Amino acid sequence: MKKVIHYINQFFGGIGGEDKADQEPFIREGVIGPGMAVQAALKDAEITHTVVCGDNYMGSNTETAISEILEMLKDKEFDLFIAGPAFQAGRFGVACGNICKAVQKHFGVPALTSMNEENPGVEMFKQDVIIFRGGKGAVKMRQDVKVLTDYANKLLAGDRGGGALAEGYFPRGCRHEKFLEDVRENTAAYRGVQMLIKKMNKQPYQSELVIPAREAIPIAPAIQDMSKAVIAMVTTGGIVPMDNPDRIQSASATRWGKYDISGMDRLESNVFKTIHAGFDPAAANADPNVIVPLDAMRAYEKAGRFGRLHNWFYSTVGTGTTEAEARRMAQEIIPSLVKDGVTAIILGST
Amino acid sequence: MVKEFEKAGFTIVHMCNLIPVSLTVGANRIVPTISIPYPLGDPNTSTEEQWKLRYHRVGVALDALATDITEQTVFKTRI
Repeated sequence: MKKVIHYINQFFGGIGGEDKADQEPFIREGVIGPGMAVQAALKDAEITHTVVCGDNYMGSNTETAISEILEMLKDKEFDLFIAGPAFQAGRFGVACGNICKAVQKHFGVPALTSMNEENPGVEMFKQDVIIFRGGKGAVKMRQDVKVLTDYANKLLAGDRGGGALAEGYFPRGCRHEKFLEDVRENTAAYRGVQMLIKKMNKQPYQSELVIPAREAIPIAPAIQDMSKAVIAMVTTGGIVPMDNPDRIQSASATRWGKYDISGMDRLESNVFKTIHAGFDPAAANADPNVIVPLDAMRAYEKAGRFGRLHNWFYSTVGTGTTEAEARRMAQEIIPSLVKDGVTAIILGST
Repeated sequence: MVKEFEKAGFTIVHMCNLIPVSLTVGANRIVPTISIPYPLGDPNTSTEEQWKLRYHRVGVALDALATDITEQTVFKTRI
């Protein structure tokens, strides 16, 4: 029998409504409230514990609340964590996203939740957590629980299911390998040509590599006074000191480095090199400035074309690197830029 | 990464060779480079030519940072 832990808010936990939303988290053995519906739909699994936390407590003391809950869970054995369903309840949805993300990361146990597409928790967590498409309110409880538990039952039986669309959760932008029967119609060539024929005949076809809709970023304003601009250089071309001190991976990078260039007029060969595995490194190793143009930037700096160059450049490898990792690495770099008053960035990609 | 930096308020220019990728991902200020292995200096040309190209294109990038735009813009390079 597999073990499941369930998370709900003060309302579904039967504590009270808004007046009890400051409720600190607590854990009880067994099921509470909607946990009964979840329990009834689970095969070969039982909800051993339920965590209840007030939405405002989670919202206003997120880090504390998460660490308190993780503390409660650390001596529990469980195979799956389920939060919600949260429907369109915004704070509850965000709470479900937060706790699912933390539980997955901390315990390596899969976490599932369900929300309505309008719930802000979807946009915030759909890349990190499997979030099932849910209804607007608790009247959809039975339906939302069924979709989630259908998948939970598969997952607990060791089956990862057929992906976001088939299972009914928001796409996370993950791809999984799947082996098809060894027949001609399954070869990539055949599938690709069939798709092309449909496309040429203006018939509907389904790409196997759906590029998620892009989030447009508002254009940052132009630098008004370049004489005051502090500019930083960032590269995804894998330029690092010879010993690659941060052990940045040559492909599918998850790490980045920050390298001091104060007092340097150019990046010297044999001091810096590239560890990028996606291209012939000869040119960049012979002259790293072809990727991180420190020499040109110094020339412009000396000529007064802009205020000053930030004393470090930042490097990672952009081949096979997922958007989620890229986003995280940028977020990790930002504080260092802010600290030095950087106003503009030149980001070079290879 | 470009988008994440821009979202955080930094004025940013993306110097890259694969312009369609940059446009699809959503960079707003883009300056083309000449290749993937050597974005800013072709090793088959003289050091002086490489320097001219690099100096020019970095100059275009600096101009891009100081230019107000209303849509995704690929800035023109001469060398």
